[in-house]
Amino acid sequence: MHEKKKRKGGGMPIIQVENLTKVFGKNTKQALKLMNEGLSKNEILEKTGSTVGVNRASFSVEAGEIFVIMGLSGSGKSTLVRLINRLIEPTQGSILIDGEDLSKMDKKALRKIRREKLSMVFQRFALFPHRTILENAEFGLEIQNVDKTERKERARKALELVGLNGYIQQTPSQLSGGMQQRVGLARALANDPEVLLMDEAFSALDPLIRKEMQDELIDLQASMKKTIIFITHDLDEALRLGDRIALMKDGAIVQIGTPEEILVNPANDYVEKFVEDVDRTKILTAHHIMKRPEAVNIEKHGPRVALERMQKEGISSILVVDSQRNLKGYVTADDASDAKKNNIRDLNEILKTDIKKVEKDTTMHEIFNVINGSPIPVAVVEDEKLAGIIVRGAVIAALAGDSEVNMEHA
Amino acid sequence: MLKLMSQIPIADYTDTFTKKITNAFSFLFDPIKEHFGNMMDFTSSSLSAIPPVVVIIIVAILAFFLSGKKFGLAVFSIVGLWLIHNQELWDKLMDTFTLVLISSLLSVIIGVPIGIWMSKSSIVEAICKPILDFMQTMPAFVYLIPAVAFFGIGMVPGVFASLIFATPPTVRFTNLGIRQVSKELVEASEAFGSTGAQKLFKVELPMARQTIMAGINQTVMLSLSMVVIASMIGAPGLGRDVLSALQRASVGSGFVAGIGIVILAIIIDRFTQTANNKNKD
Repeated sequence: MHEKKKRKGGGMPIIQVENLTKVFGKNTKQALKLMNEGLSKNEILEKTGSTVGVNRASFSVEAGEIFVIMGLSGSGKSTLVRLINRLIEPTQGSILIDGEDLSKMDKKALRKIRREKLSMVFQRFALFPHRTILENAEFGLEIQNVDKTERKERARKALELVGLNGYIQQTPSQLSGGMQQRVGLARALANDPEVLLMDEAFSALDPLIRKEMQDELIDLQASMKKTIIFITHDLDEALRLGDRIALMKDGAIVQIGTPEEILVNPANDYVEKFVEDVDRTKILTAHHIMKRPEAVNIEKHGPRVALERMQKEGISSILVVDSQRNLKGYVTADDASDAKKNNIRDLNEILKTDIKKVEKDTTMHEIFNVINGSPIPVAVVEDEKLAGIIVRGAVIAALAGDSEVNMEHA
Repeated sequence: MLKLMSQIPIADYTDTFTKKITNAFSFLFDPIKEHFGNMMDFTSSSLSAIPPVVVIIIVAILAFFLSGKKFGLAVFSIVGLWLIHNQELWDKLMDTFTLVLISSLLSVIIGVPIGIWMSKSSIVEAICKPILDFMQTMPAFVYLIPAVAFFGIGMVPGVFASLIFATPPTVRFTNLGIRQVSKELVEASEAFGSTGAQKLFKVELPMARQTIMAGINQTVMLSLSMVVIASMIGAPGLGRDVLSALQRASVGSGFVAGIGIVILAIIIDRFTQTANNKNKD
C-alpha cells in the first residue's frame, strides 16, 4: 500500500507553498522580525499584540495526491487552507499553482484561479439555504456564466457522482448532515477543479457517516485523480486519507511525511505525543509485528527433527513448508512425539492443515479476529510463501506501544 | 462657572443655514414640489376614482392569498375598510395611503443602498450610525419646519419629513441583515470566484431578505405615524381630521379618524409581515 501510494505522486508539484505566513493584528512588521528570530507564538503575542496565524509554512503538493494538514484547533490549519486560495491575504510568502504565483495576482486573475482550479468544501457545509440542491451544485458554474442547460447538466453529473441524484429539488435543510456535505462536495466537483480544498469537511459528521464519506472520498479520488488538500484535527482521519500528512503546531509545520513516517519516526516530542493516542491497530500490519518463523521442511525433515526443533525453541507446534517455502501446515509436539514412538517417518501423516494465515499487509485490527481462539501462532504469508509468524505476545506488545516491534520494516 | 461663554446662537445659525439652502436650491426644490405634487395628486385621485367596493374586494382577495388561504385578515380588511367608508372617510384614507405608499417607497429606494454601503464599509457604518440615531430621536415635529421652508405646505413636505423620520430602520436592518450572513456562506461564494456584485445579489441579499423586510415593515409603520403628524403642515388625509378634532376638542370625530388610522395601520402591517413570513417557508 505504501509503495503504491508513492508511485501515484511522482509528477510535478501542482501547488507549491513557500514561506507562507499570516500575522493577524497591526504590528505585523515587528512580529515578522521576531518570528525570524525564532520567538514563539506566545512571546510574539506578548511583545507586539499580533497573533501569528501561520508561521513560514512551506510544502508542495503533487498532482493526484491527498495531502492532509493536521493539527489541533488553533494550530493555524484553517488559516493555512484559506491562505492557499487567498480567502485570507498572506502577510508574506508565495503560493504557486501550476507555476503561477497566487499571492501576486490581481483580483481578476485570482477569481479565474478560484473558478477554474481551486474548489473548497467547508466544515459546516456552507450550502445556500435559499437554493435547491441542484442550484447549490451549479453555483460555481453559474457565477462563471456557464450556459444554463450546460451547467444544470454538469451539476447533475456531480450530484450523481456523490450519490444524490434523487434529491436535486430539495433544499439543504431537508437533508441530513452527511447528505449536505455530499452536496458541498458536488458543488466543488461541478467546476471540475484541479485541486479540492477540504476544510475539516467531515468533522461535523457523526463517526459512522464520517467513515463512509472518507471511503467515498478515497474512491472518488482514485477515479477522478483530483489533488486534495484535506484539513483535519483527527489523526485517525489523517492516517486513513493522507498520502502525506503535514502536522501543524502554533502556526508552523512540525513534520511532513507519509502516515507511517509520522507514526514510526515522530520528528519531536509534540508529534510523538500526538500519535501516542492513535489507534495503532489500524496502522500497524502483520509485517510490523511478525517474527522470523521456525519451520521444518516437509521434503527433508521427519517428526524427529520437528520434535527436536520444538524442544529447542520451547514451543508446542511448528510450521511446515516445502523447499520453495510454500506453507503446508503445521505439526504439534504431541503428534510428533507419537509419530516418533510409532516410527513414522513422513511428516505428511501427522500434518495439520487448519492453519490460520494472514497476508503481510493485514492490519492488526483484523489479526485480532484471526488470532483470537487460535492455539497456535498465526502464519504470515506472501504469495503463499511463509514470511513470518505472529505470536500473541507480539500483538499485545505492539498494542502497548512497545518499541521492540519491528519498526525497521516500515 | 458654567458661564464660560455667552450663548452660542445655534438657533440663529440653523435659521440662516436653512434659508441659504432654501435659496440656493430653490431651482431644485421648486420643480420637485411642482412635479412631485402633481404626481401624488394624480395617484391619490386615481385611487379615489376606483369604486370603494372594488378596492375592498381586491384587498380582501390579496389578504386571503397572502396569509396562506386563511380568512382572518381578509375578514378584518372587509369589515375595517367598510367601516371607514361608512364613516365617510374614504377619500381621506386614500390620501393617507398615497402619502404612506410614496414615502415608504422612497425610503426603501434610498435606504437599502445606503444600508448595503454601510455593511460593506466599517467607516461608512461609523459615520452613518450617529446620523441615523439623530434622525430617529429628533422629535418628528422638528422636521416639519425645514420641510415647509423647502417645499411650502401640502403633500410634498409631508413626504419629505416622513422620509427623514422613517428611512433609518430600513438602513439599519439592511446593514444588520447583510452583516449577519454567515461567514462561511460569504467565504463559499468568494471561494468559487464570485465578483462583489454576484456575492451581493446571489448570496447576501437573499440571505438578508428577512431582516431587510422587517426593517421595511418598520419604515412603513413609521411613515404612517409621520403622515398623521404631517397634517400640521397641510398634508391631507386622516391626520387632518385628528388635528381639527384636537383643535375643537371634539372627542367623537377625533376617535373616528383615529380608528381609521388604526385600521389602515393594521392592514398594512399584516400585509408586509405575512408577505415576509410566507416567503420564509
